[in-house]
Amino acid sequence: MNSKRLLAAALVSLILPLAGAGAYAAQPAGSFDQVLPAKNRIDFVFKQMNVPVKGHFKKANVNLVFDPAAPAKTTVRLDLDLGSIDAGSADANSEVVGKPWFDLKTFPTATFVSSSVKPLGGDRYEMTGKLTIKGKTRDVTTPVTVTQNGNTAAFDGGFTLNRLEFAIGDGTWSDTSIVADEVKVSFHVEAERRAAK
Amino acid sequence: MNAPGQYSKPAVIVHWMIAILVLVALPLGYYMTDLSLSPRKLQLISWHKWIGFTVLLLFIPRLIVRLTRPVPAPVDTMPGWQRAVASITHVVLYALIIGVPLSGWMMSSAKGFPVVYLGLVPLPDLVGKDEALGDLLKSAHELLTSGLLILVGLHIAAALKHHIIDRDETLVRMVPLLKR
Ligand code: HEM
Ligand code: HEM
Repeated sequence: MNSKRLLAAALVSLILPLAGAGAYAAQPAGSFDQVLPAKNRIDFVFKQMNVPVKGHFKKANVNLVFDPAAPAKTTVRLDLDLGSIDAGSADANSEVVGKPWFDLKTFPTATFVSSSVKPLGGDRYEMTGKLTIKGKTRDVTTPVTVTQNGNTAAFDGGFTLNRLEFAIGDGTWSDTSIVADEVKVSFHVEAERRAAK
Repeated sequence: MNAPGQYSKPAVIVHWMIAILVLVALPLGYYMTDLSLSPRKLQLISWHKWIGFTVLLLFIPRLIVRLTRPVPAPVDTMPGWQRAVASITHVVLYALIIGVPLSGWMMSSAKGFPVVYLGLVPLPDLVGKDEALGDLLKSAHELLTSGLLILVGLHIAAALKHHIIDRDETLVRMVPLLKR
């Protein structure tokens, strides 16, 4: 490599990030898309012999783009590490790994991909998307409340899913008089506005 | 208070209601903990909690009966040391009738499992969710339970000894059906 080419390479590498910054500026100014992973919370409550038991997932990877000016263009993708579950007790945690429950060996992650978002007025929206757990995909719809605070937005919502539609808790565990079919899921995600950075 | 020759009817009824429930809760407790997690286990644990909580509830009428109705004096033929052992045993049994279910309830709360009595009535959590406290309360429940098991064993053995060997009225006073 001669010195001219080196110089050219150095110049290009200097200019490229600037070009990138130009592209940023061209995006809609107000999109929230820098998810703050540490703030993610995916909680759930299920009933066991009518006793509400709380659990949550410790690791969730969320990608989202939300522009308050064009909410219908919102896209959300969630990749949930099912192995990061806390199902309420050590006993339950080792149980849900197995085949009748999440069958983690075969299906380590659950995904959610949004397909549409419609404004309900104010800061409330309705999001529909495809939820895939244990190889089974179902449409789910959930309300989402967006709380903007300067350059951060918090997204909160929750919906009820029927665990048996995803074959979660198969076989003897499918007796819903012991573990109810309905599982209440709630989420909290925070994202920052990219343009502001 | 003049000591009667008999336990009052309410005292007998409440003694046996609690005795039967305790004699079910004990083996059920040991049996269910040995099972691996299954729907059956969850069901048995719930039943265990309901039975145990019923014992706690029944303690209230039992205490009222104990405080308002005279209790028969020990049979005349009983030596002093036996009277002492019997009354200490009874006091400790009363304490365990509260302590055992209460520790169970607290353990449940600490482990993050609220108790829903009979699957219908949610009971308040006695303590917040706390893993370490839960383990401690579990040991407490096990320890108190072992104490209960031993004392109930002694208690039953003593009752049978009075009836079969001493041939006195001790058991009959608590089991009027046995009246000869
Ligand atoms: C008269 C009342 C009760 C008796 C005689 C009793 C007895 C027992 C016994 C013998 C065990 C097994 C202990 C061991 O493994 O060494 C046990 C476990 C247990 N008891 Fe109780 N119990 C009573 C009340 C309660 C109550 C009221 C609750 C909760 C509301 C409760 C909750 C539990 C739980 C959750 C376990 C299982 C602990 C574990 O393995 O994780 N018990 N009980
Ligand atoms: C087959 C089982 C049982 C038998 C045959 C039995 C028999 C008796 C008898 C004969 C007495 C009267 C003692 C006296 O007159 O001094 C008595 C009193 C008592 N029993 Fe039991 N019992 C049984 C189970 C239990 C259980 C499981 C408990 C508690 C968990 C219990 C708690 C008591 C207490 C606290 C008293 C004292 C009552 C008082 O004087 O205030 N018993 N029992």
